[in-house]
Amino acid sequence: MKILVCISNVPDTTTKIKFLEGNNKLDTAGIQWVINPWDELSLTRALELKDDASTGVKSVTVAHVGSAASEPTIRKALAIGADDAIRVNMDATDAYNVATQLAEVLKKEQFDIVLCGIESSDYNGSLVGGMLSEMLGMPSVSAVSGINIANGEVVLTREIDGGKEVVTVPSPFVAVVQKGIAKEPRIAAMRGIMMARTKPIKICEPVECENLTEIVTFEKPEPRAKCRFVDAENPKQLVELLMNEAKVI
Amino acid sequence: MSVLVFTENWDGRFKKLTFELVSYAAKTAEMLNTTATAVSIGKVDDAELKKLGSYGAKKIIAIENEKLNILDNQAYSALIADLAKEEGAQVVVLSNNNTGKAIAPRLSVRLKAGIGSGVSRLPLSLEPFTVYKRTYSGNAFAHQVIKTPVKIVTLAQNSFDLTETSDSSVIERRQVTVDGEILKTTVKDVQKQTGKILLTDADVVVSGGRGMKSPDNWAPIVELAQALGAATACSRPVSDEGWRPHEEHTGQTGKIIAPNLYIAVGISGATQHLAGISSSKYIVAINTDKDAPIFEAAQYGIVGDAMKVLPGVIAAVKELRK
Ligand SMILES: Cc1cc2nc3c(=O)[nH]c(=O)nc-3n(C[C@H](O)[C@H](O)[C@H](O)COP(=O)(O)OP(=O)(O)OC[C@H]3O[C@@H](n4cnc5c(N)ncnc54)[C@H](O)[C@@H]3O)c2cc1C
Repeated sequence: MKILVCISNVPDTTTKIKFLEGNNKLDTAGIQWVINPWDELSLTRALELKDDASTGVKSVTVAHVGSAASEPTIRKALAIGADDAIRVNMDATDAYNVATQLAEVLKKEQFDIVLCGIESSDYNGSLVGGMLSEMLGMPSVSAVSGINIANGEVVLTREIDGGKEVVTVPSPFVAVVQKGIAKEPRIAAMRGIMMARTKPIKICEPVECENLTEIVTFEKPEPRAKCRFVDAENPKQLVELLMNEAKVI
Repeated sequence: MSVLVFTENWDGRFKKLTFELVSYAAKTAEMLNTTATAVSIGKVDDAELKKLGSYGAKKIIAIENEKLNILDNQAYSALIADLAKEEGAQVVVLSNNNTGKAIAPRLSVRLKAGIGSGVSRLPLSLEPFTVYKRTYSGNAFAHQVIKTPVKIVTLAQNSFDLTETSDSSVIERRQVTVDGEILKTTVKDVQKQTGKILLTDADVVVSGGRGMKSPDNWAPIVELAQALGAATACSRPVSDEGWRPHEEHTGQTGKIIAPNLYIAVGISGATQHLAGISSSKYIVAINTDKDAPIFEAAQYGIVGDAMKVLPGVIAAVKELRK
């Protein structure tokens, strides 16, 4: 069995987001780029499955749509333990375009399980995994918080309102994963970092594709009203404010 | 022409989020000089369907087919795409909840329609069609142009006010055939809790962080939540430690919520935590550290020890909200 993990390259989650003049481009000065948190967790889970010989998972590949500038992120995925990587050489634009490029990758090479994160922490789209599966006519399962393989069968847990469902779909399929898929992201060890240098990154040129959407401006959220402090000895006042001023209880 | 809105039901009932969606679709339709059509899949009675009309749906297409009893992403998106074509939908509206996220991107490919996801306002303009959406995990909002003739919008929960109308509506019950070939999802087991207020639906949320010190200290959090009819939540380390169940974890990598009131107790207010709660209308913080970043996000705060402050808050709620 082969697993493909789609990874996105995003600003570190503590980044103070700023935009360049004109407010239509992120100010990337000083930004630390990381593997999108959910993708890092999918990669971790994929590697856990590979470590367990009983699952029959033979390889874990990462795929990324991005320019050469995102190579450090791919190397990091390889250092964590992915066997090889595929990079589609273009700046990621809208979700439809990215999904189209990944679909091309999957037309050329077969994978049994494709993992995508529920969203990327930059555009918060929640789109690429679902689009990709539709483009390929593959089944998809969304909100996946668990993936297990027993006797050759892949069993997924998906979150539903107020609970969980245990589901199966025939392979190949796309699982759009979220919280719960793995506990802590796996960290690259020294040996992994050394090995990553020689692991193959296949570079593919993008196919022609139009963008269906375009971001024209960004704006920062409106600043919130300053905090009003209530004395710890007077909790009643807090409740009164919530009832009579904010009117939320 | 129309605006099509997918109205999910839960055991035959709609929720506030459904009515927000319908209100949004009706207002968008008004901007486009057309009307909103709701699509309901599953067993829902006429009285419940009528409610969609009272929030502005002119036509309500109700589909019942037992093959659609479980959510199969492919089958659902194929069906909704067909309806969107039949109804000449210019805009298709879904929730940005789990179901919406499962269907909308597939629909986008079927309809070759650009998507604005996590939208929290009416379209900013119609020409070009521009939506207002969450980006950078709530640290920014984007004006995003959707360039295709058909547009898909997924609406963030609790971001749009309900608008009621007394206009008439019609219910159209339709039969559909579902090709068995398309159904790929098998559900082997369901574990569901009932009767609990869902975190994503709650108007008020009481949340505890590592400052609560131990899982044994959660009684006042739960008691305050009960007194307020609120849901309980927690920060990531709390669920990672197993002090609280995972479904309570809020933040960038957990649930993203937008209640009217979020009470953060013993939570420092890390960026990743705020990413999940920054759309709350009001935030209250209770924390021993007056410099904790949570106070920058909060509108009301108490500097103090949670275990000492909470009993007083609970008593006041019980007394004043009688
Ligand atoms: C990629 C990534 C994703 C993440 N995603 C999330 C996420 O989704 N959600 C999330 O929550 N975190 C997330 N985190 C973790 C985040 O960075 C913080 O570590 C976490 O939010 C801190 O949780 P906390 O506020 O409960 O604990 P702490 O930061 O330890 O804060 C505890 C607070 O309690 C206060 N306190 C102590 N004692 C008391 C007392 N007796 N009474 C009252 N107050 C007291 C302290 O002053 C302190 O402010 C993520 C981190 C990373 C790197």
